[in-house]
Amino acid sequence: MTEQNEYPESGRVRARVIGTPPADAPIVDTDPIHAPEGVPGVIPQDPVKARKAERLVALLFLVTFLAGAGFIASYVIFQVGTIDKTAASNFALGGTLALALLALAAGLTVWVRQIMPKYNLVQERHDMRSDDGTREYVKETFVQGADESGFVKHRLLRRTLLLAAAPLGLAPLVLLKDLGPLPGTALRHTVWGEPTKDGKPRRLVVEGSGQPIRAADFNSPGGILSVVPEGYEEDLNALAKATLILLKFRPEELKSGTNLNWTHDGIVAYSKICTHVGCPAALYEQTTHHILCPCHQSTFDAADGARVVFGPAARPLPQLPIGIDEEGYLVAKSDFKVPVGPSFWERGDAEAEARENAS
Amino acid sequence: MNAPPKAIAGASTFVDDRIGAGNFLKRNLRKIFPDHWSFLLGEIALYSFVILLLTGTFLTFWFKPGMAEVTYTGNYAPLYGVKMSEAYASALNISFDVRGGLLMRQIHHWAALLFVGGMTVHMLRIFFTGAYRKPRELNWIIGILLLSLALLEGLTGYSLPDDLLSGAGLRITQGVAQSIPIVGTYVSFFLFGGEYPGHDVISRFYSIHILLIPGILLALVSAHMILMWVQKHTQMPGKNRTDKNVVGAPFYPAFMIKSGAFFLFTFGVIALLGTFAQINPIWLFGPYTPADISAGSQPDWYMGFLEGALRLMPSWEINFLDHTVTFSVLIPALVPLGLVMTGLALYPFLEQWVTGDRREHHIADRPRNNPHRTAIGISGMTFYGILWLLGANDELSANFHLDLYSTTWFGRFAIFIGPAIAYWITYRMCIGLQRKDAEVLSHGVESGVIKRMPNGQYIEVHTPPAEDIAEHIRGKQEIPMLESAEDGEGIPPKGARSALGRLRLKMSQAYGTDRVPLTDGHHEEGHEEEHAGVGAGDRKELH
Repeated sequence: MTEQNEYPESGRVRARVIGTPPADAPIVDTDPIHAPEGVPGVIPQDPVKARKAERLVALLFLVTFLAGAGFIASYVIFQVGTIDKTAASNFALGGTLALALLALAAGLTVWVRQIMPKYNLVQERHDMRSDDGTREYVKETFVQGADESGFVKHRLLRRTLLLAAAPLGLAPLVLLKDLGPLPGTALRHTVWGEPTKDGKPRRLVVEGSGQPIRAADFNSPGGILSVVPEGYEEDLNALAKATLILLKFRPEELKSGTNLNWTHDGIVAYSKICTHVGCPAALYEQTTHHILCPCHQSTFDAADGARVVFGPAARPLPQLPIGIDEEGYLVAKSDFKVPVGPSFWERGDAEAEARENAS
Repeated sequence: MNAPPKAIAGASTFVDDRIGAGNFLKRNLRKIFPDHWSFLLGEIALYSFVILLLTGTFLTFWFKPGMAEVTYTGNYAPLYGVKMSEAYASALNISFDVRGGLLMRQIHHWAALLFVGGMTVHMLRIFFTGAYRKPRELNWIIGILLLSLALLEGLTGYSLPDDLLSGAGLRITQGVAQSIPIVGTYVSFFLFGGEYPGHDVISRFYSIHILLIPGILLALVSAHMILMWVQKHTQMPGKNRTDKNVVGAPFYPAFMIKSGAFFLFTFGVIALLGTFAQINPIWLFGPYTPADISAGSQPDWYMGFLEGALRLMPSWEINFLDHTVTFSVLIPALVPLGLVMTGLALYPFLEQWVTGDRREHHIADRPRNNPHRTAIGISGMTFYGILWLLGANDELSANFHLDLYSTTWFGRFAIFIGPAIAYWITYRMCIGLQRKDAEVLSHGVESGVIKRMPNGQYIEVHTPPAEDIAEHIRGKQEIPMLESAEDGEGIPPKGARSALGRLRLKMSQAYGTDRVPLTDGHHEEGHEEEHAGVGAGDRKELH
């Protein structure tokens, strides 16, 4: 009588302690119940269980057949177009496809696990390295071949061959030159500096509607407006540098960082392109005057020349000198004094330069 | 069945007569594959790649990689009449005008996420079990290349639909490229065919995404598989398993069918995700314009750690001699990726240098049995994880009502302190687990049976551990150390005389010292009395 068999009547089974074999079944592949017959390491399944498993597998394969047929039917029945129709088609096609695949996968798994024998086969490994004889043979052959080829002996041949290869190796790189124009000073200018066709300063227009902005009408302290250059409303290359944010302040709110000569009646225009890596700095918090770039959270103080208050951006958002034309619409008085957007190697301390030029 | 059916026999004879395939099959049909759940992780990546090729090909039939402006006239009403790029319009068409197009797009995207995810966890498994050791260093490096290329492949693919979200990713890519010292401006102009965004980048990314990188990936995946096949798979320690053999199931028929089933499982789960878990609903974002962005823009998960690094970085930038170096972009873009990838690529060789171990290894280590390696790995994961978490600090801040800047400050410190804490905790856990193993071998496991001794004392009976578990524990291999013994005259060995040599020796001793040597698990006579253990004879009685 062992401890384990003390409660046979009640059918109580002792919970398995971790690290011990379960009471009723062996846990290693060498299952003593089905002692290996024939090939060692190949343990056949109980034929009764296997027949039961076969029925399950057949059922699963049948599900795959039906789901596959359902997929084809769904393709014919469900049309796409509107959001709702597309969603229905997506559910029907995807649902049937997933069901077909998963049922097939489950069927194959039951087949392997309950019909095929369990395996515990052993295969020998061999060192990856070749044996010494082979190595020696390869070495000798290499030396022999090198000698026969004359590559070592004929120096002129060897050197001219290397010489011949050099330009051919460079050729593909040279071919890539026309991938793009050279940068030149392109990054230092925006379209704000170019006068319009009739020679007038360029107007600021509202992004989206293209409406010019009358200075007297722009009266939304605490508001922020996304502004683009007139005539370039859909030119993405121009917008990537020239997009602005326009804000209106009460005079007492503006601090020394903002260049008052470049404002008009408390209206200030900053580049919208973040000086970190170029995302549009689109979020504005009215109470603190903070402009926040949603990409990496560089934060700029709009009341103080858009200086950096937090985050990875190293420079303020450049301010655009603005004024009004004879009709009272906001215009750019000149281009930005410093390059907008992310830093680049040739940029240098453009801000210091701009200050020098101004004084 | 006594003989192969005629159709198979005939075809086989035809092939064998011409290329002698019989020799190959004779050696390989019954090739043994060891079994362990963690060996399936790499297969997830492999099968995701196959699914990516299939669904990707489907998508190319309709996608138009152009940046020319068109007016959308397709089925999706909210954007009808809106001007957009050809690429975005065709991506909308795939979603709303092609039956199954949306499903294939979503499966493609989910498979991409799972591809990189599968590779990452597979790589972690290899690292923590030391399966990168000789002779598998080459395959390890191929794996690192695959992971790096997969990141690039994801980046280029993400940019193709040209919606507002993908454009934000592209903009960041451009900003980073432009910040590279000396050549950055040129790199950016050559990549984009001039100023950002230009009219070329989508078609260029398209050929990189569907031809160049998949071609290289396919070649490297094949090489990865061939090397795995030739070197045979590693196996977990266990009964009768040695560095000289492989124990498991044969390729034909068991492993073959199992793998096929696992491919179907992977495909089925990705199909479920593609059906029920909406991903990248480009129609909601609208066409790209550099003037706009949506708040809460998030990249795909595998780019998250780079995003986090960019967010953590303080605003460091220097100007000298009319030139600018912007560390606030350069450091986060290059250092974390460089540290992780270079560190991983060099690790097998650094470990060999430290341990002086030049032997072949085919038995996988249990992570606890090499505490320093495991601690280094968890340290690296913590480093990556903190960056990854901080890549979503705006979401964390919004959803958990945290102060945004505080999350950044937390990250700036945590990125240094976190890995150190993780190292220490992991190391202690490994030692603790080793002690537990040693205890299981020397004392056995609690049987739950309380025995009353003749003197009235109660003790719990311990039984020896199950054989397979005991063998698994005994598979622990010692980590070799460099020879450090001084010779008779107090002169240290040749390698240990320089400063570097001394450091190497010190590291070797720290790395290799076994804090918890296993005592032999077989119960000795005297031992048995003391712990009231049950000897081999008693155990039979229990059954």
